[in-house]
Amino acid sequence: MEYYLNIFVKAVFVENMALAFFLGMCTFLAVSKKVETAIGLGIAVIVVQTITVPVNNLINGFFLKEGAALWQILGVDIDLSFIGLVVYIGVIAAIVQILEMVLDKFFPPLYNALGIFLPLITVNCAILGGTLLMVERDLNFPESVVFGLGSGFGWSLALVAIAGIREKLKYADIPKGLEGLGITFIISGLMALGFSSFSGISL
Amino acid sequence: MAEKKSLKATLLDPILANNPIGLQILGICSALAVTSKMETAALMSVSLTAVVACSNLFISMIRNVIPSSIRIIVQMVIIASLVIIVDQLLRAFFPDVAKQLAVFVGLIITNCIVMGRAEAVAMKTPPLPSFIDGLGNGLGYSAMLLMVATIREVFGSGTWFGMTVLQTQADGGWYIPNGLMLLPPSSFFIIGLLIWAIRAYQPEQEEAPSFVEADSAKPLYSTHGH
Repeated sequence: MEYYLNIFVKAVFVENMALAFFLGMCTFLAVSKKVETAIGLGIAVIVVQTITVPVNNLINGFFLKEGAALWQILGVDIDLSFIGLVVYIGVIAAIVQILEMVLDKFFPPLYNALGIFLPLITVNCAILGGTLLMVERDLNFPESVVFGLGSGFGWSLALVAIAGIREKLKYADIPKGLEGLGITFIISGLMALGFSSFSGISL
Repeated sequence: MAEKKSLKATLLDPILANNPIGLQILGICSALAVTSKMETAALMSVSLTAVVACSNLFISMIRNVIPSSIRIIVQMVIIASLVIIVDQLLRAFFPDVAKQLAVFVGLIITNCIVMGRAEAVAMKTPPLPSFIDGLGNGLGYSAMLLMVATIREVFGSGTWFGMTVLQTQADGGWYIPNGLMLLPPSSFFIIGLLIWAIRAYQPEQEEAPSFVEADSAKPLYSTHGH
């Protein structure tokens, strides 16, 4: 239990997707003008990340990596890890599409709240990045569930935090050329410095 | 003649006037993470420029036969295949640098520059202009990346492409390296300030203030006197 908690805390704070690895930055900067939309997108990212990382983990374990389960059963020696990228992005695109349809059918209010953010998520590099980091670290299935949840949560936390800052910031008197994108970059830098003080924490 | 000039404009515009990182907010993730050294930044720039130019070319070639309902998947598959080729090439010829770039080569797939150009340009224009547009945007991205990497490597470790520029104190020189430049957050500050510099040079890129004080909130007469 402690081990999994450790993975979670590490994924949320120490290896924060947005502020330590700089993944999903485009969305991070573009959709952080309002706290309300940031929360919507944040929840969507947590959901998609928690599903896609474990699913890709299973696919990697059964089909793609060297000595994968299926090929061992069949007794053939196949290493498909090079087509991983196409498979992962396909899986992510498919899951996002399915999630969209399921939500539309069974949870219309949630679909209305998250609907516009879901297509954006396919091209969010935090999602693909989560999967690639999972593959690189060779996590097993339970670890990948915790890692997916943690990394999604960490990214959303950072997004909501910066949206909160930007909401206050619009009342500030900023030099003309720095307004908007420029100052947002500098704030993210300060936040990233703050998050770097988490490094080295382990439970 | 007009055709030629417009091609040239497509190539050169994204470098300063319409920079993908500075103005379009595209492709920022990798710009931040791979810029602590020139070597990684240069390799990343070349990879991305190659991918965005080729993906624009190929998507534009088949743009008339892609059904619009599945176009995202089709684009993704083309881009992902190109990225796999680049990834395998890097692993074969530059194994050390490829290791440092780690997942970021794979993340070219979701780099918004590639998707953004595919969607905005390649789906609508013939192959040659699309290719040039991809090349231009790739170069714009590279320009920003190399600029940030130059600042970070020179001030952070006193070298440029591994060559000594400012001799550090550890090597018996005079320069005390700025440790902040080696930390990833420094790239945020550098890009933020670069954007400021670009906008000071080209004021039409400035953003409108998101909040304007109402006239009624202003004092009727200045408290500082006249």
